[in-house]
Amino acid sequence: MTSHSRLKSIFQFSNLIERSLLSSRSEPVLPWRKPNWPSSLAKPTPKPTLGVYYDTSWTRTKPSRIARAALVDWLIKPLSSFVAMPTVEGLDRLGNVSTPVIFVANHSSHLDTPLLLCSLPQQFRHKTVVAAAADYFFDKRFKAAVWSFALGIIPMERTKVNRRSAALAEELLRQGWNIIIFPEGTRSPDGWAQRFKGGAAYLSLKVGIPVVPVYISGTRRILAKDSTKLHRYPTKVVFGHPIVPTTPALSSGAGNLKGKKDTEDAVHFEKRIEQEIALLADACTSNWWEALKRHKSGTTPSLGGPKTSPWRRSWELPPSSRSS
Amino acid sequence: MSQRLTRPGLILEADRNTPPTLFWNGEGFYLQRLPKGSRIIYPPEPVESLYDIEDGIDNALLNPTGDSQPLPDLLKPDMRLTIVFDDISLPLPPMRSPDIRQQIIEAVLDYAAQAGVDDVVLIAALGLHRRMTEPELRHALGNRIYDAFAPHGLLRQHDAENLDELTHIGTTESGEDVEINKRAADSDLIVYVNINLTAMDGGHKSMCTGLVSYKTMRHHHNPNTLLHSRSLMDMHSSALHSSIWRMGRLIANSGIKIFQIETTLNTDTFPEAFGFLQKREWEWSLSDRVRYITTSNILEKMPPRASRAVLHSIKSPYQVTSVQAGEVEAVHQVTLNNLHAQQLMVVEGQTDILTMGLPYIGPYNVNSTMNPILVAVMGLGYFFNLYINKPLVRQGGVVIITHPTRWEFNPLHHPSYIDFFEQVLSQTTDPVEMAAKFEESFAVDPWYIHLYRKSYAYHGVHPFYMWYWCAHALDHLGGVVVVGGDREAVRRLGFRPASSFDDGLEIASDIVGTNPSITHLHCPPLLLTEVR
Repeated sequence: MTSHSRLKSIFQFSNLIERSLLSSRSEPVLPWRKPNWPSSLAKPTPKPTLGVYYDTSWTRTKPSRIARAALVDWLIKPLSSFVAMPTVEGLDRLGNVSTPVIFVANHSSHLDTPLLLCSLPQQFRHKTVVAAAADYFFDKRFKAAVWSFALGIIPMERTKVNRRSAALAEELLRQGWNIIIFPEGTRSPDGWAQRFKGGAAYLSLKVGIPVVPVYISGTRRILAKDSTKLHRYPTKVVFGHPIVPTTPALSSGAGNLKGKKDTEDAVHFEKRIEQEIALLADACTSNWWEALKRHKSGTTPSLGGPKTSPWRRSWELPPSSRSS
Repeated sequence: MSQRLTRPGLILEADRNTPPTLFWNGEGFYLQRLPKGSRIIYPPEPVESLYDIEDGIDNALLNPTGDSQPLPDLLKPDMRLTIVFDDISLPLPPMRSPDIRQQIIEAVLDYAAQAGVDDVVLIAALGLHRRMTEPELRHALGNRIYDAFAPHGLLRQHDAENLDELTHIGTTESGEDVEINKRAADSDLIVYVNINLTAMDGGHKSMCTGLVSYKTMRHHHNPNTLLHSRSLMDMHSSALHSSIWRMGRLIANSGIKIFQIETTLNTDTFPEAFGFLQKREWEWSLSDRVRYITTSNILEKMPPRASRAVLHSIKSPYQVTSVQAGEVEAVHQVTLNNLHAQQLMVVEGQTDILTMGLPYIGPYNVNSTMNPILVAVMGLGYFFNLYINKPLVRQGGVVIITHPTRWEFNPLHHPSYIDFFEQVLSQTTDPVEMAAKFEESFAVDPWYIHLYRKSYAYHGVHPFYMWYWCAHALDHLGGVVVVGGDREAVRRLGFRPASSFDDGLEIASDIVGTNPSITHLHCPPLLLTEVR
């Protein structure tokens, strides 16, 4: 082959490549590329898929549940036991409760969720979801997928009333799932509990199921809000008696309360839940009998702490609620 | 009937941003970019179905429409009850089990059993269609009904050529003989169970095509009536329906009691895996695109027989939008209202060129081959007629069809079609001429009659009827172009073959000029256009 013909063939080949590149740049459309939207049609705003709109149903499929059970039992539980060294009390109070139930606890650390989940007896643990802040845990797809798979969290709107998150929680309760709710809506910034929101009481009234108050202490010493470092510290998880909204005819035990006009309202019931958790907290710092007497006389220390200046509130904190 | 909760039909004018449009091409489909300014008609999305189908059926049977008593009041222990149902040609594609016919007939039989009716016979209203096979009957009726009736000879298929089983009812004021199934005529009550997939179905047409003889059928299935049926989907402008209604009223006046049960379906035509076929292309998701690429490539690589088998195995997720029962005409009016609520859309103005991609299935090739005559009837008989008021394409306009139009026939189902294609269409494509010269010989041919009665063949005269079905379009259009079709087969039909869509437009420009308006019918799912 002469140098001239070689050059010619190289030139032809480069032409061919260029043509194919050009054509591949202009030609491929649907189905190889995402279709264009016709100019004459208004483009609808895409449906949100994060926050309260994140679909967690895949985490409740059988394969996901089996995988989560293995993850919780074989990894999260040993790890949380190592870090939190928990003492679990009051499990005997769950003996006769009929599922599903709503576990309501105070909230001062990210550790609260895995610790409470791992402290639940077997019959509850693998059929429990956790209501978590939609704007915090479900703001990114990967984060939402990881946490909803690992801990079975579901998105809960905490800044405004949202029918979607309440409806999801209600639907899951009706399907037999237990729910863990932290009614403060966020972790405690100073160790004292914040005002309880009414979601748990509302759901209990709506579905007609009991609430189990839970007090968790010590987790703030391990990982307080805004803290990035873990410190080992012994913790306590105390389960209270299951409670239901009171009616003149029904003062204890579970039952379908929907539609009963005489049932106590959600605001009052939420206060009672808070008092029950305060009783458990008081019992942790003193003893059950003394705490019970104060509870009956209405002198149980508030979970929210003294209404004084910030430094005095910090001063008053029990050791287990302080940050490390 | 539930309220529409979904989007109505859309007429999109293609612009430079409009993605390519899906065209069916027989046992396959492809994406084709339409010229800027073309209109694409997307059918309305499926409307909400009945919330509780069993409740809907029961409500229809107990609260009939028109001058009719509730079904339980019509049932007596010593009566002769005949339940007639639509055949394999409806719906398309066949619906997922349980078929609505099964659900309704089971409800009717429940009442019949409660009333102590012993003499019950079920008849498939075949008309001149082929007989249904056992699996097809089992699919339509369910195993419970089939096993209870078929072994005792109580599940029958109408035989339009069994003279012993036909009875002459009378003659209409226009001189039309009415001869219907004897068992049905002698019954104390006929319960007809229908599926109204298109506006053409139902009403008196159910009985007067499904249970009659050739002698009766030829009065309304002929070039004259079909030329003056404008359109077949508008009974008030259809000579075919006028003839049928005269017959239906004659039957009603003769004392034969019919309790008509009509149903409408939504347009949820394809299952999830083929969902992209009924979506607007710019709304295709990634999974739609992957499914399109996968299925279109697999179907293209497979031999036609295999791809046909795959596509004919599709069962449609159709859902029932309404059930109404009672007196035939009153029921049919409600049915049409419900059907229009799903399918009807207004289109402003006619077009020079109407394009349509024809799918793998039509009413006459369920589990069979779509031969060239059925391609013609699908395009010109059905799709062209999907209008009321005036055709989508103007007088002298062009229809461009995409379909492979292979020169192939199913000898089991369509034996007379083969001879019609070879002997009749080779001489004339004029419906009037072929009716005069050839129809009679095909209609009375003993071999075709034998195959119709004993095998699974369409009646000998059926291909003629198919061609007559095209009569209005053939008269109206300036030309028909088939893109991608077998050249010889397309030419035999009297149409013009084109190797590509652009070639098809080029050929059409000879007839409609170089700057034509173009409209594409994005169908299926089915729709009905009201052209203004």
